[in-house]
Amino acid sequence: MSAAPPVLEVQGVTKSYGGVEVLRGVDLSVREHEAVALIGASGSGKSTLLRCIDLLEEIDDGDVLLDGEVITDPSVDPVRARRSLAMVFQAFNLFPHLTVLDNVLLAPSRAHGMQKEAAADSARELLARFGLGERERDYPDRLSGGQQQRVAIVRALATRPRALLLDEITSALDPELVGEVLEVVRELKAEGMTMLIATHEMGFARDVADEICFLHEGRILERGAPGRVLAEPERPETQRFLRRLLAAGRV
Amino acid sequence: MLGALAALILTSKGWPNVRETFFDWNAFKDAFPDVLDGFWLDIKIFMVVEIAVLALGLVVALVRSSGAPALFPFRLLAASYTDVFRGLPVILVVYLIGFGIPALELSGVPSDPVVLGGVALALCYAAYVAEVYRAGIESIHPGQTSAALSLGLTSAQSTRHVVLPQAVRRVIPPLLNDFIALQKDVALVSILGPLEAFRVAHIEASSTFNYTPLLAAAVLYLAVTVPLTRVVDHVTARDRLLRSAGAPV
Repeated sequence: MSAAPPVLEVQGVTKSYGGVEVLRGVDLSVREHEAVALIGASGSGKSTLLRCIDLLEEIDDGDVLLDGEVITDPSVDPVRARRSLAMVFQAFNLFPHLTVLDNVLLAPSRAHGMQKEAAADSARELLARFGLGERERDYPDRLSGGQQQRVAIVRALATRPRALLLDEITSALDPELVGEVLEVVRELKAEGMTMLIATHEMGFARDVADEICFLHEGRILERGAPGRVLAEPERPETQRFLRRLLAAGRV
Repeated sequence: MLGALAALILTSKGWPNVRETFFDWNAFKDAFPDVLDGFWLDIKIFMVVEIAVLALGLVVALVRSSGAPALFPFRLLAASYTDVFRGLPVILVVYLIGFGIPALELSGVPSDPVVLGGVALALCYAAYVAEVYRAGIESIHPGQTSAALSLGLTSAQSTRHVVLPQAVRRVIPPLLNDFIALQKDVALVSILGPLEAFRVAHIEASSTFNYTPLLAAAVLYLAVTVPLTRVVDHVTARDRLLRSAGAPV
Protein backbone atom coordinates (compact mmCIF):
# COMPACT_ATOMS: atom_id res chain seq x y z
CA MET A 1 0.00 0.00 0.00
CA SER A 2 1.09 3.59 -0.49
CA ALA A 3 2.63 5.61 2.29
CA ALA A 4 0.12 8.44 1.95
CA PRO A 5 -1.40 9.41 5.30
CA PRO A 6 -5.06 8.56 5.87
CA VAL A 7 -7.51 11.24 4.74
CA LEU A 8 -8.98 11.38 8.23
CA GLU A 9 -7.34 10.47 11.46
CA VAL A 10 -8.68 10.74 14.98
CA GLN A 11 -6.19 10.34 17.83
CA GLY A 12 -7.17 10.05 21.47
CA VAL A 13 -10.10 12.45 21.16
CA THR A 14 -12.02 13.19 24.35
CA LYS A 15 -15.05 15.38 24.82
CA SER A 16 -17.31 15.98 27.78
CA TYR A 17 -20.41 18.08 28.27
CA GLY A 18 -20.90 19.44 31.76
CA GLY A 19 -18.96 16.67 33.46
CA VAL A 20 -20.35 13.84 31.33
CA GLU A 21 -17.66 12.19 29.25
CA VAL A 22 -19.15 11.52 25.84
CA LEU A 23 -15.90 10.58 24.10
CA ARG A 24 -13.20 8.92 26.20
CA GLY A 25 -10.25 8.67 23.86
CA VAL A 26 -11.27 7.67 20.36
CA ASP A 27 -8.75 6.52 17.74
CA LEU A 28 -9.84 6.03 14.18
CA SER A 29 -8.60 6.47 10.66
CA VAL A 30 -10.19 6.54 7.24
CA ARG A 31 -8.03 6.03 4.19
CA GLU A 32 -8.70 7.42 0.74
CA HIS A 33 -11.68 5.74 -1.00
CA GLU A 34 -12.47 3.88 2.19
CA ALA A 35 -15.82 3.83 4.00
CA VAL A 36 -15.79 3.31 7.74
CA ALA A 37 -19.06 2.63 9.53
CA LEU A 38 -19.58 3.70 13.12
CA ILE A 39 -22.12 1.57 14.94
CA GLY A 40 -23.29 1.71 18.51
CA ALA A 41 -26.33 2.46 20.63
CA SER A 42 -27.93 5.89 20.77
CA GLY A 43 -25.87 8.02 23.11
CA SER A 44 -22.68 6.07 22.48
CA GLY A 45 -21.09 9.21 21.01
CA LYS A 46 -21.36 8.63 17.26
CA SER A 47 -22.87 12.03 16.45
CA THR A 48 -20.57 13.83 18.85
CA LEU A 49 -17.55 12.20 17.23
CA LEU A 50 -18.67 13.30 13.75
CA ARG A 51 -19.37 16.84 14.99
CA CYS A 52 -15.94 16.99 16.62
CA ILE A 53 -14.27 15.87 13.38
CA ASP A 54 -16.16 18.58 11.45
CA LEU A 55 -15.05 21.10 14.11
CA LEU A 56 -18.66 21.87 15.03
CA GLU A 57 -17.69 20.99 18.61
CA GLU A 58 -14.44 21.78 20.32
CA ILE A 59 -12.64 18.70 21.59
CA ASP A 60 -11.11 18.57 25.07
CA ASP A 61 -8.05 16.52 24.19
CA GLY A 62 -6.50 14.60 21.31
CA ASP A 63 -6.11 15.49 17.64
CA VAL A 64 -8.10 15.31 14.44
CA LEU A 65 -5.97 15.14 11.30
CA LEU A 66 -7.07 15.82 7.75
CA ASP A 67 -4.54 14.70 5.12
CA GLY A 68 -1.91 14.67 7.83
CA GLU A 69 -2.61 18.18 9.12
CA VAL A 70 -3.81 18.62 12.70
CA ILE A 71 -7.02 20.61 12.10
CA THR A 72 -7.91 20.79 15.78
CA ASP A 73 -4.78 22.87 16.39
CA PRO A 74 -5.78 26.36 17.57
CA SER A 75 -3.67 27.92 14.81
CA VAL A 76 -5.77 26.29 12.10
CA ASP A 77 -8.71 28.26 10.74
CA PRO A 78 -11.71 25.99 11.35
CA VAL A 79 -13.58 27.48 8.39
CA ARG A 80 -10.84 26.37 6.01
CA ALA A 81 -10.83 22.87 7.49
CA ARG A 82 -14.62 22.56 7.30
CA ARG A 83 -14.50 23.48 3.63
CA SER A 84 -12.62 20.24 2.97
CA LEU A 85 -15.20 18.13 4.77
CA ALA A 86 -18.95 17.86 4.38
CA MET A 87 -21.54 16.50 6.70
CA VAL A 88 -25.04 15.15 6.13
CA PHE A 89 -27.34 15.31 9.13
CA GLN A 90 -30.00 13.03 10.53
CA ALA A 91 -32.65 15.80 10.32
CA PHE A 92 -31.49 16.92 6.81
CA ASN A 93 -31.06 20.56 7.99
CA LEU A 94 -31.96 21.93 4.59
CA PHE A 95 -32.46 25.70 4.48
CA PRO A 96 -36.26 26.08 4.32
CA HIS A 97 -36.17 29.62 2.89
CA LEU A 98 -34.13 28.59 -0.14
CA THR A 99 -35.12 26.51 -3.14
CA VAL A 100 -33.48 23.14 -3.72
CA LEU A 101 -31.07 24.70 -6.21
CA ASP A 102 -30.18 27.58 -3.89
CA ASN A 103 -29.61 25.15 -1.02
CA VAL A 104 -27.04 23.39 -3.18
CA LEU A 105 -25.55 26.62 -4.54
CA LEU A 106 -25.12 28.57 -1.30
CA ALA A 107 -21.82 27.06 -0.20
CA PRO A 108 -20.09 26.77 -3.60
CA SER A 109 -20.87 30.38 -4.48
CA ARG A 110 -20.41 31.98 -1.04
CA ALA A 111 -17.78 29.85 0.66
CA HIS A 112 -15.86 28.18 -2.14
CA GLY A 113 -15.54 31.13 -4.48
CA MET A 114 -17.07 29.41 -7.49
CA GLN A 115 -18.55 31.47 -10.29
CA LYS A 116 -22.33 31.47 -9.93
CA GLU A 117 -22.85 30.13 -13.45
CA ALA A 118 -20.33 27.31 -13.17
CA ALA A 119 -21.64 26.43 -9.72
CA ALA A 120 -25.22 26.35 -11.01
CA ASP A 121 -24.24 24.10 -13.91
CA SER A 122 -22.56 21.54 -11.71
CA ALA A 123 -25.34 21.76 -9.10
CA ARG A 124 -27.94 20.99 -11.79
CA GLU A 125 -25.82 18.13 -13.04
CA LEU A 126 -25.59 16.62 -9.54
CA LEU A 127 -29.32 17.09 -8.90
CA ALA A 128 -30.16 15.42 -12.20
CA ARG A 129 -27.83 12.52 -11.43
CA PHE A 130 -29.66 11.79 -8.19
CA GLY A 131 -33.12 12.09 -9.71
CA LEU A 132 -33.84 15.58 -8.42
CA GLY A 133 -33.57 17.53 -11.65
CA GLU A 134 -37.27 18.35 -11.72
CA ARG A 135 -37.28 19.70 -8.18
CA GLU A 136 -34.67 22.47 -8.35
CA ARG A 137 -37.23 25.27 -7.99
CA ASP A 138 -39.14 23.64 -5.13
CA TYR A 139 -38.77 24.56 -1.50
CA PRO A 140 -37.56 21.72 0.72
CA ASP A 141 -40.87 21.09 2.47
CA ARG A 142 -42.55 20.26 -0.82
CA LEU A 143 -40.27 17.21 -0.99
CA SER A 144 -40.52 13.80 0.64
CA GLY A 145 -38.08 12.97 3.41
CA GLY A 146 -36.07 10.76 1.07
CA GLN A 147 -35.85 13.52 -1.51
CA GLN A 148 -34.85 16.04 1.15
CA GLN A 149 -32.04 13.85 2.36
CA ARG A 150 -30.85 13.31 -1.21
CA VAL A 151 -30.80 17.07 -1.67
CA ALA A 152 -28.76 17.34 1.53
CA ILE A 153 -26.28 14.80 0.12
CA VAL A 154 -26.07 16.72 -3.15
CA ARG A 155 -25.57 19.95 -1.19
CA ALA A 156 -22.64 18.31 0.62
CA LEU A 157 -21.16 16.88 -2.60
CA ALA A 158 -21.36 20.26 -4.34
CA THR A 159 -18.55 21.49 -2.09
CA ARG A 160 -16.30 18.71 -3.48
CA PRO A 161 -15.26 17.42 -0.06
CA ARG A 162 -12.21 15.28 0.66
CA ALA A 163 -14.43 13.15 2.90
CA LEU A 164 -18.12 12.86 3.69
CA LEU A 165 -19.42 12.54 7.24
CA LEU A 166 -22.83 10.89 7.36
CA ASP A 167 -24.68 11.16 10.67
CA GLU A 168 -27.47 8.55 10.78
CA ILE A 169 -28.85 9.92 7.58
CA THR A 170 -31.77 7.46 7.40
CA SER A 171 -32.88 7.54 11.04
CA ALA A 172 -35.46 10.27 10.51
CA LEU A 173 -36.96 8.65 7.42
CA ASP A 174 -40.06 6.53 7.00
CA PRO A 175 -38.95 2.93 6.36
CA GLU A 176 -40.03 2.92 2.73
CA LEU A 177 -37.80 5.93 1.99
CA VAL A 178 -34.62 4.51 3.50
CA GLY A 179 -33.67 2.52 0.40
CA GLU A 180 -33.44 5.45 -2.01
CA VAL A 181 -31.07 7.31 0.30
CA LEU A 182 -28.84 4.31 0.98
CA GLU A 183 -28.70 3.68 -2.76
CA VAL A 184 -27.09 7.10 -3.20
CA VAL A 185 -24.44 6.26 -0.61
CA ARG A 186 -23.73 2.94 -2.33
CA GLU A 187 -23.18 4.81 -5.58
CA LEU A 188 -20.81 7.22 -3.88
CA LYS A 189 -18.88 4.31 -2.43
CA ALA A 190 -18.61 2.76 -5.88
CA GLU A 191 -17.11 6.02 -7.12
CA GLY A 192 -14.52 5.93 -4.38
CA MET A 193 -15.81 8.66 -2.07
CA THR A 194 -14.07 8.62 1.32
CA MET A 195 -16.73 8.33 4.01
CA LEU A 196 -17.25 8.02 7.74
CA ILE A 197 -20.77 6.75 8.32
CA ALA A 198 -22.65 6.62 11.60
CA THR A 199 -25.53 4.24 11.05
CA HIS A 200 -28.08 1.89 12.57
CA GLU A 201 -28.54 0.00 9.30
CA MET A 202 -26.38 -3.08 9.77
CA GLY A 203 -27.17 -4.62 6.38
CA PHE A 204 -26.11 -1.41 4.72
CA ALA A 205 -22.98 -1.17 6.86
CA ARG A 206 -22.02 -4.70 5.85
CA ASP A 207 -22.44 -3.90 2.13
CA VAL A 208 -20.76 -0.55 2.02
CA ALA A 209 -18.16 -0.36 4.77
CA ASP A 210 -14.57 -1.50 4.53
CA GLU A 211 -14.34 -1.42 8.28
CA ILE A 212 -16.84 -1.31 11.12
CA CYS A 213 -16.12 0.38 14.42
CA PHE A 214 -18.30 -0.39 17.42
CA LEU A 215 -18.56 2.64 19.70
CA HIS A 216 -19.61 2.00 23.28
CA GLU A 217 -19.70 4.60 26.05
CA GLY A 218 -17.33 6.91 24.25
CA ARG A 219 -14.73 4.31 23.23
CA ILE A 220 -14.24 2.11 20.19
CA LEU A 221 -14.48 -1.34 21.72
CA GLU A 222 -14.19 -3.40 18.61
CA ARG A 223 -13.26 -2.88 14.99
CA GLY A 224 -12.67 -4.95 11.92
CA ALA A 225 -14.03 -6.20 8.63
CA PRO A 226 -17.84 -5.99 8.54
CA GLY A 227 -18.30 -9.72 8.03
CA ARG A 228 -16.20 -10.48 11.07
CA VAL A 229 -17.56 -7.82 13.46
CA LEU A 230 -21.19 -8.44 12.60
CA ALA A 231 -21.02 -12.24 12.36
CA GLU A 232 -18.49 -13.06 15.07
CA PRO A 233 -18.26 -10.16 17.49
CA GLU A 234 -15.61 -10.74 20.14
CA ARG A 235 -16.68 -8.33 22.86
CA PRO A 236 -19.71 -9.12 25.01
CA GLU A 237 -20.91 -5.48 24.58
CA THR A 238 -20.87 -5.87 20.80
CA GLN A 239 -22.69 -9.18 21.04
CA ARG A 240 -25.34 -7.67 23.29
CA PHE A 241 -25.79 -4.65 20.98
CA LEU A 242 -26.20 -6.83 17.91
CA ARG A 243 -28.56 -9.21 19.72
CA ARG A 244 -30.79 -6.28 20.61
CA LEU A 245 -30.83 -5.06 17.03
CA LEU A 246 -31.62 -8.59 15.87
CA ALA A 247 -34.52 -8.77 18.32
CA ALA A 248 -35.79 -5.46 16.93
CA GLY A 249 -35.57 -6.87 13.41
CA ARG A 250 -32.95 -4.37 12.29
CA VAL A 251 -30.25 -6.76 11.00
CA MET B 1 -74.75 47.43 23.58
CA LEU B 2 -73.17 50.13 21.45
CA GLY B 3 -76.58 51.60 20.78
CA ALA B 4 -77.30 51.79 24.49
CA LEU B 5 -73.96 53.44 25.08
CA ALA B 6 -74.62 55.95 22.30
CA ALA B 7 -78.07 56.66 23.67
CA LEU B 8 -76.63 57.19 27.13
CA ILE B 9 -74.08 59.68 25.81
CA LEU B 10 -76.48 61.51 23.50
CA THR B 11 -79.11 61.97 26.22
CA SER B 12 -76.62 62.99 28.91
CA LYS B 13 -76.97 66.41 30.42
CA GLY B 14 -73.55 67.59 29.24
CA TRP B 15 -73.90 66.33 25.67
CA PRO B 16 -74.86 69.68 24.07
CA ASN B 17 -71.74 71.19 25.61
CA VAL B 18 -69.51 68.33 24.55
CA ARG B 19 -70.94 68.43 21.04
CA GLU B 20 -70.06 72.07 20.77
CA THR B 21 -66.51 71.81 22.10
CA PHE B 22 -65.49 68.49 20.48
CA PHE B 23 -67.67 68.07 17.41
CA ASP B 24 -67.89 71.53 15.91
CA TRP B 25 -67.90 70.99 12.13
CA ASN B 26 -66.80 74.52 11.32
CA ALA B 27 -63.95 74.38 13.80
CA PHE B 28 -62.97 71.01 12.28
CA LYS B 29 -62.92 72.48 8.76
CA ASP B 30 -60.90 75.49 9.90
CA ALA B 31 -58.33 73.49 11.82
CA PHE B 32 -57.93 70.52 9.50
CA PRO B 33 -55.51 72.04 6.92
CA ASP B 34 -53.13 73.26 9.64
CA VAL B 35 -53.29 69.98 11.53
CA LEU B 36 -52.69 68.11 8.28
CA ASP B 37 -49.60 70.28 7.65
CA GLY B 38 -48.39 69.30 11.10
CA PHE B 39 -49.14 65.69 10.39
CA TRP B 40 -46.67 65.58 7.52
CA LEU B 41 -43.98 66.29 10.09
CA ASP B 42 -45.23 63.29 12.10
CA ILE B 43 -44.97 61.12 9.01
CA LYS B 44 -41.47 62.33 8.25
CA ILE B 45 -40.28 61.77 11.81
CA PHE B 46 -41.93 58.36 11.82
CA MET B 47 -40.23 57.22 8.62
CA VAL B 48 -36.74 58.37 9.56
CA VAL B 49 -37.02 57.03 13.12
CA GLU B 50 -38.40 53.70 11.91
CA ILE B 51 -35.43 53.16 9.60
CA ALA B 52 -33.03 54.05 12.43
CA VAL B 53 -34.91 51.70 14.77
CA LEU B 54 -34.75 48.77 12.35
CA ALA B 55 -31.01 49.25 11.85
CA LEU B 56 -30.03 49.93 15.46
CA GLY B 57 -32.31 47.16 16.76
CA LEU B 58 -30.70 44.66 14.39
CA VAL B 59 -27.18 45.61 15.47
CA VAL B 60 -28.08 45.30 19.15
CA ALA B 61 -29.81 41.94 18.56
CA LEU B 62 -26.83 40.56 16.61
CA VAL B 63 -24.43 41.62 19.35
CA ARG B 64 -26.63 40.06 22.04
CA SER B 65 -27.10 36.79 20.13
CA SER B 66 -23.45 36.37 19.20
CA GLY B 67 -21.51 33.81 21.18
CA ALA B 68 -18.04 35.18 20.41
CA PRO B 69 -16.08 35.61 23.67
CA ALA B 70 -14.38 38.74 22.28
CA LEU B 71 -17.75 40.46 22.09
CA PHE B 72 -18.51 39.96 25.77
CA PRO B 73 -18.17 43.66 26.78
CA PHE B 74 -20.41 44.64 23.88
CA ARG B 75 -22.97 42.01 24.86
CA LEU B 76 -23.03 43.47 28.34
CA LEU B 77 -23.44 46.96 26.91
CA ALA B 78 -26.24 45.83 24.59
CA ALA B 79 -28.03 44.03 27.43
CA SER B 80 -27.84 47.11 29.69
CA TYR B 81 -29.08 49.27 26.85
CA THR B 82 -32.18 47.16 26.23
CA ASP B 83 -32.86 46.90 29.98
CA VAL B 84 -32.66 50.64 30.54
CA PHE B 85 -34.59 51.84 27.51
CA ARG B 86 -37.34 49.25 27.78
CA GLY B 87 -37.70 50.15 31.44
CA LEU B 88 -38.22 53.89 30.99
CA PRO B 89 -41.43 55.65 29.93
CA VAL B 90 -40.92 57.06 26.44
CA ILE B 91 -42.15 60.47 27.57
CA LEU B 92 -39.39 60.61 30.18
CA VAL B 93 -36.69 59.80 27.62
CA VAL B 94 -38.08 62.50 25.31
CA TYR B 95 -37.82 65.04 28.15
CA LEU B 96 -34.34 63.95 29.24
CA ILE B 97 -32.85 64.01 25.76
CA GLY B 98 -34.90 66.91 24.40
CA PHE B 99 -34.13 69.28 27.26
CA GLY B 100 -31.02 67.69 28.74
CA ILE B 101 -28.80 67.56 25.68
CA PRO B 102 -29.23 71.25 24.65
CA ALA B 103 -28.65 72.27 28.27
CA LEU B 104 -25.18 70.73 28.08
CA GLU B 105 -24.33 73.38 25.44
CA LEU B 106 -21.96 71.04 23.64
CA SER B 107 -20.69 72.31 20.31
CA GLY B 108 -21.45 70.13 17.32
CA VAL B 109 -24.32 68.34 19.02
CA PRO B 110 -27.65 69.08 17.37
CA SER B 111 -30.16 71.03 19.44
CA ASP B 112 -33.02 70.85 16.93
CA PRO B 113 -35.99 69.49 18.94
CA VAL B 114 -37.16 67.40 15.97
CA VAL B 115 -33.80 65.67 15.81
CA LEU B 116 -33.54 65.19 19.57
CA GLY B 117 -37.12 63.96 19.84
CA GLY B 118 -36.42 61.53 16.99
CA VAL B 119 -33.28 60.31 18.74
CA ALA B 120 -35.23 59.71 21.96
CA LEU B 121 -37.92 57.73 20.12
CA ALA B 122 -35.33 55.75 18.18
CA LEU B 123 -33.45 54.80 21.37
CA CYS B 124 -36.63 53.59 23.09
CA TYR B 125 -38.06 51.68 20.16
CA ALA B 126 -34.77 50.13 19.04
CA ALA B 127 -34.58 48.48 22.47
CA TYR B 128 -37.96 46.81 21.89
CA VAL B 129 -37.21 45.91 18.29
CA ALA B 130 -33.82 44.43 19.28
CA GLU B 131 -35.62 42.00 21.55
CA VAL B 132 -38.07 41.11 18.79
CA TYR B 133 -35.21 40.37 16.38
CA ARG B 134 -33.40 38.40 19.07
CA ALA B 135 -36.43 36.22 19.74
CA GLY B 136 -36.55 35.52 15.99
CA ILE B 137 -32.85 34.70 15.78
CA GLU B 138 -33.05 32.35 18.75
CA SER B 139 -36.10 30.59 17.33
CA ILE B 140 -34.03 29.28 14.41
CA HIS B 141 -32.98 25.67 15.00
CA PRO B 142 -29.24 25.31 15.77
CA GLY B 143 -29.09 22.61 13.08
CA GLN B 144 -29.37 25.40 10.51
CA THR B 145 -26.15 26.98 11.74
CA SER B 146 -24.46 23.56 11.99
CA ALA B 147 -25.35 22.86 8.37
CA ALA B 148 -24.14 26.26 7.19
CA LEU B 149 -20.83 26.00 9.07
CA SER B 150 -20.24 22.43 7.98
CA LEU B 151 -20.62 23.53 4.35
CA GLY B 152 -17.76 25.97 4.90
CA LEU B 153 -19.61 29.23 5.46
CA THR B 154 -18.11 31.61 8.02
CA SER B 155 -20.27 32.35 11.01
CA ALA B 156 -21.00 35.83 9.61
CA GLN B 157 -22.12 34.28 6.31
CA SER B 158 -24.22 31.76 8.19
CA THR B 159 -25.97 34.56 10.06
CA ARG B 160 -26.40 36.66 6.94
CA HIS B 161 -27.61 33.99 4.50
CA VAL B 162 -29.17 31.32 6.68
CA VAL B 163 -30.28 32.58 10.11
CA LEU B 164 -31.37 36.18 9.48
CA PRO B 165 -33.58 35.63 6.43
CA GLN B 166 -35.58 33.04 8.37
CA ALA B 167 -35.59 35.00 11.63
CA VAL B 168 -36.77 38.28 10.07
CA ARG B 169 -39.60 36.52 8.23
CA ARG B 170 -40.82 35.10 11.51
CA VAL B 171 -40.89 38.43 13.36
CA ILE B 172 -42.56 40.60 10.73
CA PRO B 173 -45.93 40.66 12.57
CA PRO B 174 -44.48 41.83 15.94
CA LEU B 175 -42.25 44.31 14.09
CA LEU B 176 -45.31 45.81 12.40
CA ASN B 177 -46.99 46.10 15.79
CA ASP B 178 -44.05 48.15 17.02
CA PHE B 179 -44.40 50.30 13.86
CA ILE B 180 -47.94 51.18 14.90
CA ALA B 181 -46.96 52.02 18.46
CA LEU B 182 -44.14 54.23 17.20
CA GLN B 183 -46.41 56.03 14.75
CA LYS B 184 -48.62 57.10 17.67
CA ASP B 185 -45.76 57.98 20.00
CA VAL B 186 -44.35 60.47 17.49
CA ALA B 187 -46.89 62.87 19.08
CA LEU B 188 -44.64 62.90 22.17
CA VAL B 189 -42.10 64.97 20.24
CA SER B 190 -44.63 67.82 20.59
CA ILE B 191 -43.43 68.31 24.18
CA LEU B 192 -40.23 69.76 22.76
CA GLY B 193 -42.09 72.31 20.63
CA PRO B 194 -42.11 71.19 16.97
CA LEU B 195 -45.39 71.94 15.23
CA GLU B 196 -46.54 68.41 14.56
CA ALA B 197 -50.21 67.45 14.33
CA PHE B 198 -50.98 67.06 18.01
CA ARG B 199 -49.29 70.32 18.96
CA VAL B 200 -50.93 72.29 16.15
CA ALA B 201 -54.29 70.90 17.21
CA HIS B 202 -53.57 71.71 20.82
CA ILE B 203 -52.62 75.31 20.03
CA GLU B 204 -55.75 75.81 17.95
CA ALA B 205 -57.85 74.26 20.67
CA SER B 206 -56.50 76.52 23.37
CA SER B 207 -56.83 79.65 21.28
CA THR B 208 -60.46 78.98 20.36
CA PHE B 209 -61.50 77.18 23.54
CA ASN B 210 -62.76 74.40 21.28
CA TYR B 211 -61.29 70.88 21.27
CA THR B 212 -62.47 69.89 17.80
CA PRO B 213 -58.95 70.35 16.29
CA LEU B 214 -57.78 67.47 18.51
CA LEU B 215 -60.40 65.35 16.81
CA ALA B 216 -58.92 66.34 13.46
CA ALA B 217 -55.55 65.06 14.68
CA ALA B 218 -57.19 61.86 15.93
CA VAL B 219 -58.75 61.24 12.52
CA LEU B 220 -55.35 61.64 10.86
CA TYR B 221 -53.64 59.23 13.25
CA LEU B 222 -56.38 56.67 12.70
CA ALA B 223 -56.09 57.12 8.94
CA VAL B 224 -52.56 55.72 9.22
CA THR B 225 -52.76 53.29 12.12
CA VAL B 226 -55.96 51.48 11.14
CA PRO B 227 -54.70 50.44 7.68
CA LEU B 228 -51.38 49.44 9.30
CA THR B 229 -53.26 47.29 11.79
CA ARG B 230 -55.12 45.60 8.94
CA VAL B 231 -51.77 44.87 7.27
CA VAL B 232 -50.53 43.26 10.49
CA ASP B 233 -53.65 41.12 10.76
CA HIS B 234 -53.31 40.08 7.15
CA VAL B 235 -49.63 39.19 7.44
CA THR B 236 -50.18 37.31 10.70
CA ALA B 237 -53.06 35.33 9.24
CA ARG B 238 -51.12 34.49 6.10
CA ASP B 239 -48.17 33.46 8.23
CA ARG B 240 -50.31 31.12 10.30
CA LEU B 241 -51.87 29.64 7.17
CA LEU B 242 -48.50 29.04 5.52
CA ARG B 243 -47.05 27.54 8.65
CA SER B 244 -49.92 25.10 9.09
CA ALA B 245 -49.65 24.17 5.43
CA GLY B 246 -45.97 23.46 5.95
CA ALA B 247 -44.80 26.00 3.41
CA PRO B 248 -41.51 27.85 3.90
CA VAL B 249 -41.65 30.44 6.63
